[in-house]
Amino acid sequence: MTASFEVKSLSILNEKGEADETLMPSLPDDDIKRIFELMVLSRTFDEAALSLQREGRIGTYASMLGQEASQIGSALAFEKSDWIFPSFREMAVYITMGYPMYMLLQYWSGDERGARAPAGLNIFPVCVPVGTQIPHAVGASMAAKYKGDKAVACCYFGDGGTSKGDFHEGLNMAGVFKLPVVFICQNNQWAISVPRRRQSASKTLSQKAYSYGFEGIQVDGNDVFAVYKATSEAVRKARGGGGPTLIECFTYRMSDHTTADDSSKYRSNEEVESWKPKDPLLRLKLFMEKKGLWNEQYQKGVEEKSKTAVEQAIRKAESLSPPEPADMFRYALKSPTPRQAKEMEDF
Amino acid sequence: MANLNMVQAINSALREEMRRDGDVIVIGEDVGADGGVFRATEGLLHEFGAERVMDTPLAESGIAGAAVGMAAYGLKPVAEIQFMGFIYPAVDQIFSHAARIRSRSRGRFTCPLVIRTPYGAGIKAPELHSESTEAMFCHMQGIKVVVPSGPYNAKGLLISAIRDPDPVIFLESTRLYRSVKEEVPEGEYEIPLGQARIVREGTEVTLIAWGGMLRKAIEASEGFDAEVIDMMTLTPIDEEAIYRSVKKTGRVVIVHEAPKTCGFGAELSASIAEYAMLHLKSPIFRVTGYDTVMPLPKLEDYYVPSADRIRRAIEEAMKY
Ligand SMILES: Cc1ncc(C[n+]2csc(CCOP(=O)(O)OP(=O)(O)O)c2C)c(N)n1
Ligand SMILES: [Mg+2]
Repeated sequence: MTASFEVKSLSILNEKGEADETLMPSLPDDDIKRIFELMVLSRTFDEAALSLQREGRIGTYASMLGQEASQIGSALAFEKSDWIFPSFREMAVYITMGYPMYMLLQYWSGDERGARAPAGLNIFPVCVPVGTQIPHAVGASMAAKYKGDKAVACCYFGDGGTSKGDFHEGLNMAGVFKLPVVFICQNNQWAISVPRRRQSASKTLSQKAYSYGFEGIQVDGNDVFAVYKATSEAVRKARGGGGPTLIECFTYRMSDHTTADDSSKYRSNEEVESWKPKDPLLRLKLFMEKKGLWNEQYQKGVEEKSKTAVEQAIRKAESLSPPEPADMFRYALKSPTPRQAKEMEDF
Repeated sequence: MANLNMVQAINSALREEMRRDGDVIVIGEDVGADGGVFRATEGLLHEFGAERVMDTPLAESGIAGAAVGMAAYGLKPVAEIQFMGFIYPAVDQIFSHAARIRSRSRGRFTCPLVIRTPYGAGIKAPELHSESTEAMFCHMQGIKVVVPSGPYNAKGLLISAIRDPDPVIFLESTRLYRSVKEEVPEGEYEIPLGQARIVREGTEVTLIAWGGMLRKAIEASEGFDAEVIDMMTLTPIDEEAIYRSVKKTGRVVIVHEAPKTCGFGAELSASIAEYAMLHLKSPIFRVTGYDTVMPLPKLEDYYVPSADRIRRAIEEAMKY
């Protein structure tokens, strides 16, 4: 028997801001502006989080700088009722889904209350053990399918995450049961200091999907239109019973791995510089300028609005009373064990 | 009432709960047409269909992880791990996620799942088919560990475990699966989690055992004025039942088939020392598996506590 596959790829918007009109998803101008505004907002949030960390106002933080298109372009393709299982770098996904920014800061400052998704949003807390969130999305999609709900599940992970056993177990199961789930791999070329080529000898990460019996596609992860289009199609397919898709967003981690990392130890400045012209915001701005959707004044307005929103979030996060120590026990189990009850009493 | 062995009692619990609640789903390896390698899920596929009795690929972490996602979504998955010796790949999912999601999402997402797995020696099975690593799960907070000691309590405990709002590890002693029959009520009934039971009352020594060791402890207690406690649930631990008995008898012998070091007996001993020390007349004795790797069947009977070894420990305790 011969098996063959074609590594599909998609890019629509190039670095000069030129879009391939034949591939362009139909997006009204207002939606394009909304995408741009979400990108600016996310970047503003990210910058603020980094400086809050430097000032000791939040703990270790993982920046998404450079990955805004991968995160926002994909998240926009989901409904609020869908189930999202992020890893730890997806702050722009949370923001796009409508998760309050002050809660994200609350979480990164070490307060679990920030990880309690507001009612109506099915978005899991940040997942720290790499790749372990993949089977959760698979399970949620099994549940959605069993219940006859229209919800799809989506899981985010990195290039490093694809080396984990849970990637294999999760995608394999999703293929076998033809589940309504979308896997989004943000291949940002690095897993801390380990380069992409050390994670896998596969030419692309997206091609791994074919070994699980479903489609994979590699998209330009800095091209928000390509990410949006590929994800929308995957979501439509999943909702219609067509099964899972693996989307590899080919992007770059512009920042250090986290605030606890110094990437100059393991990657060259030239490499980082070479990705700067590929910036996802820059090319969207150029595109919008050509269409008359962008000018300096608009830019200023968007920046100011974003700054205000982020400042408000910071103020709110920092004005919250600290969590109660009893919360440690309160959420351990539905009802505390006799031991927990005693520990709480003696506290 | 029907005279059932433990496999049949477990099957009956699963059937009752699946009939009662459409959110109860069985997943695992060979749980469908095969009915599980021990036949605990026999007939469920026929009655409930493949959407509710899912044969999964051979992937323990995937099974446990998918169960976490299903449970968070609103189902009540009952996952079967084929043997306790193969649960280790799933431990990451159990410890890092099932045990923590309620806490880390501050109650927004919960994990009402049951992981059933056969444990312990007694059926002369191949390597890694006879493990008793219950203490590992008892150490981890956010999950409950339940070990039935016979058909009657297996059914009631499993029904409670399925209805419990938090993750439960349900350990089924392979030696008990077919060796004992008991009268088991036909309908649904619950045996509350977190409660030990006094199997035999006595005044001079307390024997504490669970699962596959309970019957050995009872056998060894013949001829002594011994109180025998069946833990049934290891965590949450029923401390009151233990202290009450120890305060009465002043002597304790703890029996488990896992190795001594950091076994659950260590927790029991430390707790008794902490809260009932002044009532003790003798040191606390532990009769356990040895601090070695679980041997293959030829040496199995030397490894697992025998009634004889338990009897000698009782005699030691009675010297004080
Ligand atoms: C199971 C596990 N091993 C190691 C780590 C430490 N660690 C955190 S992030 C990371 C790299 C992840 O790389 P990738 O999956 O590509 O995601 P990225 O950080 O690039 O977003 C490592 C090794 C971890 N969190 N979990
Ligand atoms: Mg990476």
